[in-house]
Amino acid sequence: MEPTNIEAPDYFHKVVDCQWACPAHTPVPEYIRLIAQGRHADAYMVNWKSNVFPGILGRTCDRPCEPACRRGRVDEEPVAICRLKRVAADNKGDVSARMPKRPKTKIGKKIACIGAGPASMTVARDLAPLGYDITVYDADAKAGGMVRSQIPRFRLPESVIDEEMGFITDLGLTMKLGQRVDSLAGLLRQDYDAIFVGTGAPRGRDLRIPGRKEAAAHIHIGIEWLASVSFGHIESIGKRVIVLGGGNTAMDCCRTSRRLGGEDVRVIVRSGYDEMKASPWEKEDAQHEGIPIHNYLVPKAFTHDGGQLTGVTFEKVGPVIDEKGRRTMKPTGEPDEHFECDEVLIAVGQENSFPWIERDIGLAFDEWGMPKVDETTFQSTNPKVFFGGDAAFGPKNIIWAVAHGHDAAISIDHFCRGVDLRLRPPPGVQISSQKMGIHEWSYDNDISLDDRQKVPLLPLAEALGDVKAEVELGFDDPRGWAETQRCLNCDVQTVFSKPLCIECDACVDICPTDCITFTVNGKEEELRPRLKAPAMNLSQDLYISSTLPTGRVLVKDEDVCLHCGLCAERCPTGAWDMQKTLLEMTHAGGCMK
Amino acid sequence: MTYIAKPEFHHPSLKANALGFTRRDYEGKVSTLCAGCGHDSISAAIVQACFEIDLEPHRLAKLSGIGCSSKTPDYFLGASHGFNTVHGRMPSVLTGANLANRDLIYLGVSGDGDSASIGLGQFAHAMRRGVNMAYIVENNGVYGLTKGQFSATADKGSKSKKGVVNSDSGIDLVGLALQLGATFVARSFSGDKEQLVPLIKAALRHKGAAFIDVLSPCIAFNNHKGSTKSFDWVREHNEAVNRLDVMQGRMAVRAKYEPGSLTEVTQHDGSVLLLRKIAEDYDPTDHVGAINYLQQAHAAGEIVTGLLYVDPEAEDLHDALGTVKRPLNALSDDELVPSAAALDKINAALR
Repeated sequence: MEPTNIEAPDYFHKVVDCQWACPAHTPVPEYIRLIAQGRHADAYMVNWKSNVFPGILGRTCDRPCEPACRRGRVDEEPVAICRLKRVAADNKGDVSARMPKRPKTKIGKKIACIGAGPASMTVARDLAPLGYDITVYDADAKAGGMVRSQIPRFRLPESVIDEEMGFITDLGLTMKLGQRVDSLAGLLRQDYDAIFVGTGAPRGRDLRIPGRKEAAAHIHIGIEWLASVSFGHIESIGKRVIVLGGGNTAMDCCRTSRRLGGEDVRVIVRSGYDEMKASPWEKEDAQHEGIPIHNYLVPKAFTHDGGQLTGVTFEKVGPVIDEKGRRTMKPTGEPDEHFECDEVLIAVGQENSFPWIERDIGLAFDEWGMPKVDETTFQSTNPKVFFGGDAAFGPKNIIWAVAHGHDAAISIDHFCRGVDLRLRPPPGVQISSQKMGIHEWSYDNDISLDDRQKVPLLPLAEALGDVKAEVELGFDDPRGWAETQRCLNCDVQTVFSKPLCIECDACVDICPTDCITFTVNGKEEELRPRLKAPAMNLSQDLYISSTLPTGRVLVKDEDVCLHCGLCAERCPTGAWDMQKTLLEMTHAGGCMK
Repeated sequence: MTYIAKPEFHHPSLKANALGFTRRDYEGKVSTLCAGCGHDSISAAIVQACFEIDLEPHRLAKLSGIGCSSKTPDYFLGASHGFNTVHGRMPSVLTGANLANRDLIYLGVSGDGDSASIGLGQFAHAMRRGVNMAYIVENNGVYGLTKGQFSATADKGSKSKKGVVNSDSGIDLVGLALQLGATFVARSFSGDKEQLVPLIKAALRHKGAAFIDVLSPCIAFNNHKGSTKSFDWVREHNEAVNRLDVMQGRMAVRAKYEPGSLTEVTQHDGSVLLLRKIAEDYDPTDHVGAINYLQQAHAAGEIVTGLLYVDPEAEDLHDALGTVKRPLNALSDDELVPSAAALDKINAALR
């Protein structure tokens, strides 16, 4: 194998698994250390810069970082990254003085953002401080989009949304709320220099099975029903509720139902339990609230009695591997099962919907009715129109919407300045040695062996009694601090200097996870199995030196390195050093600086 | 010195041995020796060897004297018995322990100062009596704890860190051990675990006095140009006579080797030593041949490593003394104290 080029920003970025997995590439270990030091406002700002909505995401994020977390590969569970983000947000105090100021001068470019959800508001936040004139349109009366309409208040208090949307509107946006845009052509005729479409995936998928029309009064589309609850239009539900679907919306529906009077609430899903789209913790939360989940049942018909819904009939299915090796569902042949209920919530998916975009404005759609959007620049085939969030490539989640927003903002900035859209700003990387003394580091390498901290919850009866009472209480100080100590500091990198190495094996002997091997070089597939511990996690890189005096090379498997720094502590010549890499994505305006 | 404990987390693929222990279970505390010390590599080799022979930690006693090397038993086998004795007196304390409880496996860890200077006499008598033990000397040629004076094993003509040339002849502990009647003699290098680990395994399973001289560079005081105990010097002058594999019980492994290239030695406890020849015509069961070979190689400036001599039929001190099979410390007063009648009988015989 060739020696590793550690100068390439991606190499060490990939080692920070959480940051690499995060669509917005938030520097997670950096803010966790700040929380540990009690510097909550600093931790909040590291987040805010990167993911714009730390308070919202600290409660609702899909957490792609946590399954990626290295701790999960050496311990039972990953670091509770998401909940630590909330700790930073809850304890930050007043950070308004740290926010960007309204620009004194405008640059004379006007941008329209359609939709006031996370994608649009990210675009606005990135561009407004640069002097852009931003107008945000939204059909609802307040900014937030699906964050406000679909996520139940018991998971995300309104005050958190108001504050974080407020940080952005304070940048001097023109908010046209309560104004649904029903013609993109109309907007294009106005003098906007660019238009960003961040309208989400606003249509809940329906279930066209017998009885749907007849019993319509008691059958609701999940996201529409959640929005009605959020806006106070619906305050109760029948005693027996069936939620159809296995995603996070289904979990929000069933838990909301329990709070609005549903006593016998069930989630019924066509897939198996493990295959459900909902995040594992959301399934657990629902079950904790006394909601059973039934699997392998496909809804066949709504039963009704003179327009009054009486229940739902299901066909039983089971998993089968078809001839192409794919997992599919086949009826088991067992008799159908009937569940009685008073109301049904359908949460079987969301779709995009663009009836307001004319098809003759040079904006091409694909065969599935989705706009053709460039995956790097987020530009549509109409050069002035950009897409992001769920509107771009279908339903994902908030953190992806934020990441799209950052990228679209860069493109819009380049577009307005006549810069090539393909020119993307490289991330900013700061590298600093952590060495303070012979065995002293400026990071805390003595990690905790404790299990993941549990988030305290509101007592069940209290939680179920009030749809607006936040059910998760968040970590208190001792719990939050204990959780920060579980972070392995993966951004503090092991950096090897070949000329200094005397091949004494001290690092090999001390490494707790057998990451380090000195051996003759070979091809990667041949090298991996013969290392001190076989490096069979192919998603993790090998760090290889050039040839040492004995003819061997150093091979370090990044997979389960604890970043404890013991290799560097036991190295007599300083051939190993612990160096912190702080990598931050460059947002709009970064190319100009 | 490292302040933090080595984290308990380990590689997910870390294997367990027949007892269900992982290699990590054979570790001790974090070393307080200088970073890069060869002794730490020897500790790691001992850990690996004990893991591989499925050693029950409570069945081993580790004894040492004074010095950098003699500190190391704190850094391996944390669950075994240990005795840090007086300077140079490890062999006699170990001999006593062995006489009291012959059921334990004895590992003596010493250094060139502890064994070749103050404890030379002790070393000699443990070897000649055939005390059943593995005796490891962590040999770096300097007094590290007192900042780098030549030790008794420093070669004549080698240079200290300050540039002083050693005018005394070096003691060759391997040559001494052979002359004194040790029945297992080996030399190795802390930087070559592939060679060292099987030697430790074989020594722990040898019945009789097993001696391993391990060259172990002192990073702080003896790893410079002009030293004959530095990493570079040992790597350049290392002449291995053979490579050892230790098999527990008979296994069909011989097919891997060219016919005639393998010497097979079965030890008392049934363990099989498979020796792959490197030096032509080197026979590790030929006592006189081994002594001659070592002298010639020494004159040529080579450091001979490998299993240099083994007597598979060796007997130990207990055989010589005719002690009972049960450990003396497990015998009751009834068995140990002769009855009045027995005393009368002895007295009568003397009248």
